[in-house]
Amino acid sequence: RRDPQQLTKSLIPHSITAEHGTMSPTSTVGLNTGLRALRSVANLRSSSLPEGAAKTAAAYLSGAPSGGKHSLPDLPYDYNALEPVISSETMTIHHTKHHNTYVTNLNASLEKLDAAVSSGDVGSILSLEGALRFNGGGHLNHALFWENLAPKGSAASELKDGALKDALVESFCGADEMKKQMSASSVAVQGSGWGWLGYNPKTMRLEIATRPNQDPLQPTTGLVPLLGIDVWEHAYYVDYRNVRPDYVNAVWDVVNWDVVEKRYLAAKGE
Amino acid sequence: LASTMSTSRVASLLMAAAVAASLPLDALATDGSCGSGIDCGAGIFHESLPYAPAALEPHISSETFSYHHGKHYAKYVNVANSMVEGTNLAGRSSEDVLLSAHESGSAGLFNNAAQAYNHAFFFKCMKPGGGGEPSGRVAEIIEKSFGSYAKFREDFAAAAVTAFGSGWAWLSLDPVEGKLVVTKTIGAGNPLTDGLKPLLTLDVWEHAYYIDYRNDRPGFVNVFLDNLVNWDFVNANLEALVADK
Repeated sequence: RRDPQQLTKSLIPHSITAEHGTMSPTSTVGLNTGLRALRSVANLRSSSLPEGAAKTAAAYLSGAPSGGKHSLPDLPYDYNALEPVISSETMTIHHTKHHNTYVTNLNASLEKLDAAVSSGDVGSILSLEGALRFNGGGHLNHALFWENLAPKGSAASELKDGALKDALVESFCGADEMKKQMSASSVAVQGSGWGWLGYNPKTMRLEIATRPNQDPLQPTTGLVPLLGIDVWEHAYYVDYRNVRPDYVNAVWDVVNWDVVEKRYLAAKGE
Repeated sequence: LASTMSTSRVASLLMAAAVAASLPLDALATDGSCGSGIDCGAGIFHESLPYAPAALEPHISSETFSYHHGKHYAKYVNVANSMVEGTNLAGRSSEDVLLSAHESGSAGLFNNAAQAYNHAFFFKCMKPGGGGEPSGRVAEIIEKSFGSYAKFREDFAAAAVTAFGSGWAWLSLDPVEGKLVVTKTIGAGNPLTDGLKPLLTLDVWEHAYYIDYRNDRPGFVNVFLDNLVNWDFVNANLEALVADK
């Protein structure tokens, strides 16, 4: 399965260069590159295709500049797998309704974007920024979230000795201290948003950050997402009502540390 | 006088009279709420729900109110008060504090004071047997500003449904343009900071509807518009603004 992290990197605007075989107005090349990456990142269903082919196949299959339709990725576990920390009811609504709506609305926004790009209507392109950020971010964030969770008591939910544990000691004086800080930050988010453990490629250290609404971590901060905690009320209201601290404290039991470490190694490796 | 006014307006005046006469607030046999525009002289406080917690069932459950009014709103009030304690904002209304916090860029104080204001305002925007088309002055001015109630309803619903996150939909008077506008705010945002005068609001933070509607925000919005809007309160707000001029 393609690591979403590698591909979200391409959403950061670097230098704008004309894509091979893609002649576009300079102002939209960076957007197209980013959008193609976004599309590939989000199509986790293309896990049956080899890594490189998935990206190009997606673009090939669609004539649209933004790369065509995204789809809701399957959960890596059953809907009840995270009980008693997160109920089956929450997982079902969160995945099949909330995340699915982001996917649907992202696709609708990209269709509008394609039309606007094709007709060169810059005003319309710009007017889609909010919807793209919200729905694209929502899709990215949730795709990352499902993967960094694992059943309580599973092997993946144990933090093992290794590179990640060492990095937590280096950046935070240990996992417990990091959890304390990340919990505090996540609980303190005003309104809707996310708590993140991220990798800063400049300092080569781990950092905690929060993002409002569905703003995606990497495109807006440059930090590589390692672990996300959704603190939108829909993530915990069924099970914890208003007590966000109880949810955040409990969620540590269902973190998939194997995935977090894999992401860390991939981020560091680059 | 009483026959030409809404009960909430009468209650507001009674409250103001009682405060002036230095009666303890809980000695009043009112619906427990301070009217809009009336400075209760008690700073930011946890205003009682204007109706019994089960009064808006089946549209909003008493369980929702136990959390929304009893926990979320109460917390904003408590945190705002702890933040203004010992400062020159202590004892000032939530409206004054939110505007001052906005001016000074104090995000934390703004969030809590504005949410205290927004929630008190929101609970008064609903009543049992409410909703549907308005009557009175607001009906005329809605017609003038939107062309029809239907257009207003469409705009308000769209604002409520498309707020990108926790937020609010508002119907406000723009005193400069002299007409009504629909806006949406995110988080604790409040139209007062844009110089608008709020008349009606709908809370679309997920905690407002998740217990009863889960993810179905559009369903909640429709129920609010069709069954809950307290047009008496909206008219009272409008009257108060007109009277101020």
